[in-house]
Amino acid sequence: MPVADFEVVLGLEVHAQLLTRTKIFCGCSTAFGAEPNSQVCPICLGMPGVLPALNAQVVEWAVKTGLALGCAVQPVSVFSRKNYFYPDLPKGYQISQFELPICLGGGLTITVDGQEKLIRLTRIHMEEDAGKNLHELAADGGSGVDLNRAGVPLLEIVSEPDLRSADEAVEYLKALRAILLALGVNDGNLEEGSFRCDANVSVMRRGATEYGTRAEIKNMNSFRFLKQAVDFEVRRQVALVEAGEPVVQETRLYDPVRGETRSMRSKEEAHDYRYFPEPDLPPVRVDEALLARVRASLPELPRARAARYQQVLGLPAQDAGVLVGDGALADFFDAALAARGGGAEAARKVANWTIGELSRLMNETGLPPPAWKLTPAGLAEVLALLDAGTVSGAGAKALVEELFRAGGDPGALVKSRGLAQVSDQGAIEAAVDAVLAASPADLERHRSGKKDLTGFFVGQVMKALKGQGNPGVVNALLKKKLGGLPPGEGR
Amino acid sequence: MPLSIDEVRRVAALARLKLSPEEERLFAGQLSAILDHVRELESLDVSGVPPMTHALAEGEAVALRPDLPVPGLTPDEALANAPSRQGTCFKVPRIIE
Amino acid sequence: MSAGELTGLSLQAASARLAAGQVSSRQLTEACLARVAATDGRVGAFLTVTGERALAAADASDARRASGRASGPLDGIPVAVKDLFLTRGVATTAGSRILEGFIPPYDGTAVARLQAAGAVLLGKLNLDEFAMGSSNEHSAYKPCHNPWDLSRTPGGSSGGSAAALAARQCFGTLGTDTGGSIRLPASFCGVVGLKPTYGRVSRYGVIAFASSLDQPGPLGRTTWDVAALLSAIAGPDPHDPTCAARPADDYLSALENGARGLRIGVPREWFGGGLQPEVEARVREALATYQRLGATLVEISLPHSRYGIGAYYLIATAEASANLARYDGVRFGLRAPGVRGLKELYAESREQGFGAEPKRRIMLGTYALSAGYYQADYLRAQQVRTLIRRDFDAAFTRCDVVAGPVAPWPAFKLGEKTGDPLQMYLADIFTITCNLAALPGLSVPCGLAGGLPVGLQLVGRPFDEATLLTAARALERELGPPPAPTALEAKA
Repeated sequence: MPVADFEVVLGLEVHAQLLTRTKIFCGCSTAFGAEPNSQVCPICLGMPGVLPALNAQVVEWAVKTGLALGCAVQPVSVFSRKNYFYPDLPKGYQISQFELPICLGGGLTITVDGQEKLIRLTRIHMEEDAGKNLHELAADGGSGVDLNRAGVPLLEIVSEPDLRSADEAVEYLKALRAILLALGVNDGNLEEGSFRCDANVSVMRRGATEYGTRAEIKNMNSFRFLKQAVDFEVRRQVALVEAGEPVVQETRLYDPVRGETRSMRSKEEAHDYRYFPEPDLPPVRVDEALLARVRASLPELPRARAARYQQVLGLPAQDAGVLVGDGALADFFDAALAARGGGAEAARKVANWTIGELSRLMNETGLPPPAWKLTPAGLAEVLALLDAGTVSGAGAKALVEELFRAGGDPGALVKSRGLAQVSDQGAIEAAVDAVLAASPADLERHRSGKKDLTGFFVGQVMKALKGQGNPGVVNALLKKKLGGLPPGEGR
Repeated sequence: MPLSIDEVRRVAALARLKLSPEEERLFAGQLSAILDHVRELESLDVSGVPPMTHALAEGEAVALRPDLPVPGLTPDEALANAPSRQGTCFKVPRIIE
Repeated sequence: MSAGELTGLSLQAASARLAAGQVSSRQLTEACLARVAATDGRVGAFLTVTGERALAAADASDARRASGRASGPLDGIPVAVKDLFLTRGVATTAGSRILEGFIPPYDGTAVARLQAAGAVLLGKLNLDEFAMGSSNEHSAYKPCHNPWDLSRTPGGSSGGSAAALAARQCFGTLGTDTGGSIRLPASFCGVVGLKPTYGRVSRYGVIAFASSLDQPGPLGRTTWDVAALLSAIAGPDPHDPTCAARPADDYLSALENGARGLRIGVPREWFGGGLQPEVEARVREALATYQRLGATLVEISLPHSRYGIGAYYLIATAEASANLARYDGVRFGLRAPGVRGLKELYAESREQGFGAEPKRRIMLGTYALSAGYYQADYLRAQQVRTLIRRDFDAAFTRCDVVAGPVAPWPAFKLGEKTGDPLQMYLADIFTITCNLAALPGLSVPCGLAGGLPVGLQLVGRPFDEATLLTAARALERELGPPPAPTALEAKA
């Protein structure tokens, strides 16, 4: 396998849309999915005479992200114009940061195969998003331009080429996503492109000191596609080098259907973005007061939180990782555990329900935890009902699903939906007797010792009790009635 | 140093300007003359001089806007000056990716 | 008063008559519209006349006044603005084919403030395409003629803004000044023109040429008129991040304070080279007048002035090349018909929409920013700018204003310099450093040379427009208002 003779050198450029209410340079809404060109104004349309007015929240969140990632937040940073023509770029230039970005350096730690590794960051800068070109919109093949997204704030987070495999890239992207979610600055949605990444990939022979020529890979809108794209690209480049052919520095598009990268139509002329400082925007200054305020607002970050879950609450590393992978899910867990109270045992149960049933429902509905109708206190109450034996495991599951979808009071739902568990000895005994009486042949087989039919009888009794029999009581009574008497003897 | 026709073409392509052959020749000459003049600057020692990229007093910073929505244009207002539209989109010729 | 007498009034005098109930805004507006109709075929100052809107605004002003709610000296006064200012619902072209038919959905800040002060907008004034030029000959629509001599240019780029005042078509105008575009036409047409400090007047809603140099400002027939207009439009604007937070001063109250004790810096670099002797004579006489009024003259040096043109043409064209990228035929303005594909859409629309001067400057600016030249050209020019500003900072430790000529010559003939862009650029040789240093500058009439007006240029400390206006007023009071040009009357 020739790939093993090569080292992969990989860096990621991530573009994260900030969850501000308005665009970076105008007061237009950033809400998603509106009618084309309904969230626009002269500024984001690039009309003559307009000027950009910088959104304070964008600066604050850039600083927050920088602090969370250990960057050196720059006291002075400058916006620049990046010049190129494209229909989705209204002004013919993108307002971005170039020579003096707001954050330099920093990094984040990932864990791959149990090994910790620091991935350094180059920089973080603020910029505006472009609009959307809608291809072949018209009958004549013409395209449409929708500028609702034009001017939505982006953070571009650039890593050093410290990643050495597709798996590391995936871990890095997951860790970065978790941090942005924990900070509440981005929704982490790869599929919709509000959290997207490009990969700079090159290969070099093991032991070599100079990096190979790199290709930039775009269009990887899931963790799986990132892995597939990088793996493909590495194989492609290794094959080229092995064959003595040059790797071309270019932009390549990942095609998820064919699982391969392909060269984007080469541009007519080389990129020459003609960056220069944006004269319409004076320098951005971040003073000590802003730094202190943002520092005080930093939440617990994913790695610290995972460590706490493992060390203080005794959760398995796997479960802790899943919870902190989505800050909102971890917040829900924390709140539910606080409402439930109790130690490691309670934590394990709350975690199981959060990671299991609730994650399933979240993935099914696409609703983030703050949008659920089930509150953390609601989950705590359901678990209390379960522990008290008031509802069965199945009943609790039904209850959680109903609360998740429709909300309501758990106690009241138990009554109105008839979910209360039957623990009454008399009622269960009557059901047991009825089942045994109705199946004399099976009872005979069991008592003759030919076959242990305890499980079968439990099922029959539970069925008779519509699934709401307290399993403990049912088991005890059956055991008494079946096993308490010698075989062959009647009642 | 005179600007070559190739250089003029390269710059025109970057600027998305279509120039006629006469314009290419005219601009090559005129721009060369202007550049000769403006490059008098090269005789100046500017080492250590900060650039005045923003015409503002020292230490001035950009004013920030609160993150509050303000009403913009309706799609029809946004498209009122459009040379061509399709639904509420600006229409352009087919874009080849 | 007859309509002809009305249009000859200063803004100040018209305002006083409005306040005294001697004339209505409708009468003033009708008189101006009639004057435009009678003369503009020969002057060419207006690109658009908004007669009906103007009369409706005049009637609204008269109604305010009748109910005692008139808002100030501009209420009911007919004015006009360079066609670089966006006006909601009124065509705005920048003097370019590429914006033919463009109807803005919003008003720029300066226009909105003028209208809020009650001024009556008569229409949009002629200019060099995208404010690129010194003679108004680069207008894509029609040339503008100097009312003093119709065979000559009014200067540019705000040619219409100065010519309309000299032709008595309105009482005040707005222009923009990137390298001299208010002061040069003011000088050529014998009116007062002020380029405020960069950041004094909002640029929001003014079509950008060179963002770090552009500054809107007022023109009027007297210093009082200019001060009143500046008071209405100056001040902070949240829509323009480069607009200063510092509030506007009261420009009228100190106007009559005179020149006694004023220290006037006279830069030796502004009196050499191509300065025409008769122009120099008028300027020297004005300086002598100041001495007589109690001012002192201080010889100063602005050693980096000679690099102004070079730095200016690198910075202005670089910024313009980006500012003019939005004219791409997609969202507004001209789209070439029958284009196939994106590349053709851009190239053909821009080929057909832009005139020679914008193309030349886009080319130069694109070149200056392109790979390999940024450091040597654009960045170096911005460093030179710092040196030019330092020259002024040093001078202002010894003087309160700097004085000199606005231009080397009076108004030149139409067609005289169109063949050689570099010669045209040299018209701005004395005005350009003021833009590069972001300082306020003013042109005030100081006599005639060969029957043509000559302007004295005064440059002040940052945000010290008040001192400039007071100094200009002292000269104006001494010399009296320049005579009205007679070229139009002779042929009328």
